Amino acid sequence: MQSSLSDPVPLESLREAGIPAPQRGLFIGLAAVVLLAPFLVYPIFAMKVLCFALFASAFNLLLGYVGLLSFGHAAFFGMASYISAHAARVWGWTPEIAILSGTVVSALIGLVFGALAIRRQGIYFAMITLALAQMVYFFALQIPFTGGEDGIQAVPRGRLFGVIDLANDTILYYVVAVIFMAGFLFIYRVVHSPFGHVLKAIRENETRAISLGYAVNRYKLVVFVLSAALSGLAGATKAIVFQLASLTDVHWTMSGDVILMTLIGGVGTIIGPFVGALILVGMTNDLASFGAWVTVIEGLVFVACVLLFRHGIVGVLSAWLKRPL
Amino acid sequence: MSYAYVQVAMSMFGISTNALFGQLLLGLINGAFYAVLSLGLAVIFGLLNIINFAHGALYMTGAFVAWMLLNYLGLGYWYALVIAPVAVGLLGIILERTMIRHLYRLDHLYGLLLTFGLALIIEGLFRNRYGVSGLPYVIPKQLAGGWNVGFMYLPIYRAWVIAASLVVCLVTWFLIDHTKLGSYLRAATENPRLVGAFGINVPRLITLTYGFGVALAAFAGVLAAPIYSVNPIMGANLIIVVFAVVVIGGMGSILGSIVTGFGLGLIEGLTKVFYPEAASTVIFVIMAVVLLIKPHGLFGKAG
Repeated sequence: MQSSLSDPVPLESLREAGIPAPQRGLFIGLAAVVLLAPFLVYPIFAMKVLCFALFASAFNLLLGYVGLLSFGHAAFFGMASYISAHAARVWGWTPEIAILSGTVVSALIGLVFGALAIRRQGIYFAMITLALAQMVYFFALQIPFTGGEDGIQAVPRGRLFGVIDLANDTILYYVVAVIFMAGFLFIYRVVHSPFGHVLKAIRENETRAISLGYAVNRYKLVVFVLSAALSGLAGATKAIVFQLASLTDVHWTMSGDVILMTLIGGVGTIIGPFVGALILVGMTNDLASFGAWVTVIEGLVFVACVLLFRHGIVGVLSAWLKRPL
Repeated sequence: MSYAYVQVAMSMFGISTNALFGQLLLGLINGAFYAVLSLGLAVIFGLLNIINFAHGALYMTGAFVAWMLLNYLGLGYWYALVIAPVAVGLLGIILERTMIRHLYRLDHLYGLLLTFGLALIIEGLFRNRYGVSGLPYVIPKQLAGGWNVGFMYLPIYRAWVIAASLVVCLVTWFLIDHTKLGSYLRAATENPRLVGAFGINVPRLITLTYGFGVALAAFAGVLAAPIYSVNPIMGANLIIVVFAVVVIGGMGSILGSIVTGFGLGLIEGLTKVFYPEAASTVIFVIMAVVLLIKPHGLFGKAG
């Protein structure tokens, strides 16, 4: 019996048995943390965590609930970031429209990449998404509108709906918090819908899902597009927050980072990606002055997670508390 | 096709034959590296069922071992060509014994993630020590200079790289397809438990296979050192292209990997001449097209 990558805790059987009681405590706790965060840490840091937490949650939707490992999510995050920055800066669009346009573009890229990548499974799926994302990287490097090595700088934060000035960090923080919570609840809803149950069936036994009459590839494509769009939402928001879109966002290391966040937090858990994003963003902030050591440490964490700690922090916690988190 | 004919055709595109053959040669060299690396990936995948993400990092390590041998111990290119693959092969054996072997009974994706982590560690360590600007490695004097072959100037070292890679590829193919050891290897790929029941030490076979696969990568790294400067990030971008090569070729056939590698290198070289903007992406586009027409790769087996 092979242990599946996205089957973190033996608990899974409990969850399927109908226990997904509305995890109110969890959500209230998370909402409280998100609401109070700007009083505890720098709003900029908190916004960075939320953007990456949304990105990791979108990635986890694919890996944790369908078992598809994408190594190319930087393409969605990065391209949305470019589009959103370009729309806000060059076209002067309001931030919500800029973010929305980035999200839509990512969904479209996701549609194309998804249609190609789901033609293969497992390891090939990972390699194909990585290669396609590398193509997007070279595209971003060459095409003029992305600003090449400089990226798109000094993106105006603008006024939300043309009214609310986002120059204030605290106001912007709550806008980002709303975007994050909306994305997060949407993912929760998808996972616990009948659609989400089919996804889990595909993850557990694709052949059987096919024989039961499910159009497996259509499910995979839809969830791939959803994941791409939500990653785009995160990237587009990030561009407005940091007023910058750069090659870093679209480089393969970004795809690696989002995998690592999900892995640290716990693949297939609800708040794992949030916890992982918090840890990784905190870690890279603290270690920023150490240069390439950050890469070494990330690599070590990867190795440690895979060899010793496959369920991630939330996965372990959830097994310990005997309830899905 | 006669040379005069080629010249006429070229002048129609406004491209000098020297530039064309120069790029084709560079393309063949890239193709040689694609072939050697994808061959190693395929051999490792066949037996271990993991995709070795650290392959690019170990290729880079091979180049660095050559550089270190020269600069710290004064041992030149020919020593490096033997010592670097052995050293990296031993490193691979250590990695397999201490870490990778714990993953065989898990989802294959864990192997990809573990070796990705290993690649980050190796590259980060070299970047800390040597920066990213790249270190020069001089072409050995026996292979310096070039020949005038009529239609172009052929640097001897480049001819050597292509010849050496081709020989290594064909020797590997011969070993796997036509020797007793290779037959054990193929049998263990099909059914490791049955082969084990015949008294063959399969775990050792797996370890040696991994060591051999990464030694191939290091050999390519040494070959690459005088052409590209020795650089901690030289492996990272290459491995992603090699993944695309593997998807295009499929990992079912050794000769298929070799042909695909060289062929795609040539196509990349041609693109550099006729449409340079697409040179860095052409292999990925081909991958997308192959996925549409023949999802399991040109030489892959369905299922």
